[in-house]
Amino acid sequence: MINLVFWFFVILIVLSAFSVVLNKNLIYAAISLLLTFLGIAALYVFLWADFMAGTQVLIYIGGILILLLFGIMLTHKITSVKISHTSVQKGIGGAVVLVLFIGLLWMIKITPWKMESAMEPEQTVNTIGTLLMTDFLLPFEVASVLLLGALIGAAVLARKES
Amino acid sequence: MTIDNIIIWFQSWLPNARIAPLYVAAVLIAALAIFLVMAVNALVAVYAERKISAFMQDRVGPMGQGPGLHAGKWGLLQTVADTIKLILKEDIIPKAADKKLFIIAPFIVFLGAFIALAALPWGPTLIAADMNIGLFYILAVSSFGVIGIIFAAWSSDNKWSLFGGMRSAAQIISYEIPAALSLVAVLLLAGTLSMQGIVANQSGTVWGFLPNWNIFNNPFTFLAFFIYFIAGVAETNRTPFDIPEAESELVAGFHTEYSGMRWAFFFLSEYGNMLVVAGVAVVAFLGGWQSPIDGIMQGPLWGLIWFLLKMTVVILIMIWWRWTFPRLRVDQLMNVAWKVLLPIALFNLFGTAIWTLTIG
Repeated sequence: MINLVFWFFVILIVLSAFSVVLNKNLIYAAISLLLTFLGIAALYVFLWADFMAGTQVLIYIGGILILLLFGIMLTHKITSVKISHTSVQKGIGGAVVLVLFIGLLWMIKITPWKMESAMEPEQTVNTIGTLLMTDFLLPFEVASVLLLGALIGAAVLARKES
Repeated sequence: MTIDNIIIWFQSWLPNARIAPLYVAAVLIAALAIFLVMAVNALVAVYAERKISAFMQDRVGPMGQGPGLHAGKWGLLQTVADTIKLILKEDIIPKAADKKLFIIAPFIVFLGAFIALAALPWGPTLIAADMNIGLFYILAVSSFGVIGIIFAAWSSDNKWSLFGGMRSAAQIISYEIPAALSLVAVLLLAGTLSMQGIVANQSGTVWGFLPNWNIFNNPFTFLAFFIYFIAGVAETNRTPFDIPEAESELVAGFHTEYSGMRWAFFFLSEYGNMLVVAGVAVVAFLGGWQSPIDGIMQGPLWGLIWFLLKMTVVILIMIWWRWTFPRLRVDQLMNVAWKVLLPIALFNLFGTAIWTLTIG
């Protein structure tokens, strides 16, 4: 049962990701992205990372995807724009993709993956909070400064020259 | 009664069954229960809304005096009749609309309210799923509603719809921030995101007579309740924050082109969202299923009664607001969110943190 659900989400992620790339209609590509994000949130649930799953939904679906949709819908006649799918240099590109694919497969094969069957953690949020305030304080603060910079930048850009 | 309890109950009847079908059956039962709650809530709340608005405007409201299908005494069956009408109505899809999106949009909006209700504790033991991240989950899944509204607005291929959808999305995203920040103040007191944990943390009394609900805990959480409530009402797109469907400007906003059953789904989810906002307000600030007098009238059944009573009061206040306040303008709306509520919420969070460290 768990396996079945897991594979359902894996297939959902892969198919919807293909649809994001290949869809000619931008709106439909955005909808496919919604399914991809959902599937990844589900994968987090399988890893018992419930807080990460919630964050995935809140930030990627509730924030980033909505901003994307805003951008798409406010652009004049965006749907009449046909996204070009012609490709050049298929031979070389295909060869590079093949080499990359084989390399990745080989890498996955030879890496000694750390396999452990972990118990379901009692608390996830507490652990994350403690770690953010102790071991990972510097990255946390750097990220907040970066976001503050982005916020100020956006305000400056949006402001009309007086 | 969580989903796990239902599975265990099933297993006591069918000891040899595999867990997977039992799990699916238990989830379906919980889903059906939540859907019924939403439907009954919509039926009752619409009736209450019409009667209360009538009272406030010195009318009588639905009375069921017409010929033909009689709507019952005092119009009690009015919403039932309306529902039947909506089901029987022709389902119109505009020619220029994006058909697929137009069809699924109401269900995505509905989904946002529906799955959020799964984390609401109706009593000490009555909750569909008591998650570790309950409150966070509710905040996260409410973003489905926005996505659904944007889809509905865009796929209708109608300028009123598009305007309404844009306003709605901007409004919900903006008001999510003060709402979430005021809830974080509660988390400082509770130390957990689990809905049952937050409620359990509010037992006992303050100053010997007031119930130890978060709203009475300290002056900052008292203020936080009002911030959450204002932002919550804004998230449900109700007056005074109903510019997304402002009748006098936008016909009906994002659901202009919808009719019949699909329109009914928008309506159902709007009232479902009221339920979610009222439920979160009750859980986070008003002590959830805790009795207002410490130590008496507790237990599973009393818990359910207290919870429903508090929800009713909060929803009645929402209805009262709707028929009292005039609608805000778009720029006023954004000003309130970003320049008034957000600074107060931030200050509040800081204050609560200091209070918990020093006094609490």
